[in-house]
Amino acid sequence: MSSATATPQRQRPSRHPSTSDPQANARARATRWARRAPLLPALIFLIVVTQLPFVATLVISFMNWNSLRPNDTGFAGFDNYISVLTDTDLRASIITTIVLTVTVVLVSLLLGLGLALLLDKKFIGRGIVRTMLIAPFLIVPVAAALIWKHALLNPSYGLVNGTLTWVWSLFGSDNPPQPELLSQAPLFAVEASLIWQWTPFMMLILLAGLQSRPLDVIEAAQIDGASRWQIFRYLTLPHLRQYLELGGLLGTIYIVQNFDAVFTLTSGGLGTANLPFSIYQTFYTANDYGLASATGVVVVIGTIIIATFALRTVFTLFQKEEAR
Amino acid sequence: MTTLTPAPHKQKAGPRFLGRTGKSRLDPTRNSTAAGLAAWAAALIFAIPVFWMVLTSFHSENDAATNPPSIAANLTLDSYRNLFSGASGLDPWPPLINSATASILSTILVLALAIPAAYALSIKPIEKWTDVMFFFLSTKMLPIVAALLPLFLFARNAGTLDNIWFLILLYTSMNLPIAVWMMRSFLAEVPAEMLEAAQIDGAGLILTLRKVVAPVAMPGIAATALICFIFSWNELLLARVLTGVVAGTAPVFLTSFVSSQGLFLAKVCTAAVVISLPVLIAGFAAQDKLVQGLSLGAVK
Repeated sequence: MSSATATPQRQRPSRHPSTSDPQANARARATRWARRAPLLPALIFLIVVTQLPFVATLVISFMNWNSLRPNDTGFAGFDNYISVLTDTDLRASIITTIVLTVTVVLVSLLLGLGLALLLDKKFIGRGIVRTMLIAPFLIVPVAAALIWKHALLNPSYGLVNGTLTWVWSLFGSDNPPQPELLSQAPLFAVEASLIWQWTPFMMLILLAGLQSRPLDVIEAAQIDGASRWQIFRYLTLPHLRQYLELGGLLGTIYIVQNFDAVFTLTSGGLGTANLPFSIYQTFYTANDYGLASATGVVVVIGTIIIATFALRTVFTLFQKEEAR
Repeated sequence: MTTLTPAPHKQKAGPRFLGRTGKSRLDPTRNSTAAGLAAWAAALIFAIPVFWMVLTSFHSENDAATNPPSIAANLTLDSYRNLFSGASGLDPWPPLINSATASILSTILVLALAIPAAYALSIKPIEKWTDVMFFFLSTKMLPIVAALLPLFLFARNAGTLDNIWFLILLYTSMNLPIAVWMMRSFLAEVPAEMLEAAQIDGAGLILTLRKVVAPVAMPGIAATALICFIFSWNELLLARVLTGVVAGTAPVFLTSFVSSQGLFLAKVCTAAVVISLPVLIAGFAAQDKLVQGLSLGAVK
């Protein structure tokens, strides 16, 4: 994928241009390898640990392999892929993955943008506010999901229903609404907890974008009488576009892979099973290795599509930073 | 009704008022009360679950499970004492030690691999170094779940199931791309003139690294280490599938509370606080470089 990208090279001209002199050639080659040497351990390690398992997954995805029925193991062709696309549970989990990812990314981007715009202003206690806003992102994901499940959303003594009881009692009512979000709107509960955790991430990236705005241009626009909205619409937003894209794409890549929140909050029940959870279940509980691998390949294909865009955005920003 | 009609003097004063103090609405020295109030309100809402988690961890189980909530209940260290004495039959020390082992050792391994690599990508760059950078990044974008089954089968056949070292290797590969990207952007800040000057003065490689590169790169190395530590500490899926009773990590320990029933709210909050504390400390310590790490070095 990366080799296809035309990349500008900050290649330093070799002090010994290659000549027909074999000794000089050998020396040039030795220098080149001496430069590459520090890179090789990392590169080889990464290829072995991350690329080989994917090759194995690809191979297994074309096999009939259920460890509960070892005698039926064999070549399956595209059977597993057909199952992925026809199995109602798996199809549902593809849709759940899309709905969950799009909702969480869009809402946390919007909230993150609003918070970044607020934090870009100066006010009393800005440092404390920033710290408080980052905190949700720094809670271990499983712990955060447990807090949402038990301490906030528990129908009989969670904070949400407890607060409703308290507010209603202020108005003399002893009949407050007590929604059971985890069973009545399970996907919403998962989304809410993820939005809570990911908004700080978006805010941090967008705040970095806001603070890299060229202030002189904006001041010039103000002197020319541009309104606040015009400045936001025609100067700030175009400048932020790349940061919005970066936040959205990285958020997408992380949230498509989310396992912790689904596993903890609902254990994949009531239509909240996304693809990572389904794969985990297909191989860990159902022991259907072939089907789990085919589902994994489908996730990889989907991720590659998003990742291509993500890499392009990172590349543009990267070039800008290099040019500085 | 009267409020709808703007007072004439206000109308007149409006533009002048703006003209006087609003010379730049972006002037960073200008306080914005409205934005401040809104930001404080948002921060309180976002922080409530965290405050509630901490507060509940200091309540007794009976006070934790009330409706409406008992905010002013007596504070007690009981649930911390119970957690660490293993009174509930769950000893938190082995998973905490496993998590610390896996996170710290994988971070050291990551740095040992990433720093030389970043050197070859910035200070003395190889040809096509951007291609290599993007290869590193593309491996980070492939979902771990798709590699899970082969890793599990390999571990089962090689006898490394429930072995912390296997997890350490996987966490190293998980964080290596991020570390290479971060370290490269930090090493790129070493001024070329200083490197040349060192060369002219006849300084060897080791001396150059120690006296020229290290002072500039040290804060970057620290930030990279903290972010790799956080990601390893948080990881659940690999740990859940590849470890068990012996090598189970802190997130795996937390999953034992997923379907708890009865009076356990203070206990679950205590465990969540204890296990999140290292991440909170590391995260706030790395606050300034957090964006750079999370955006894979793309945003400074």
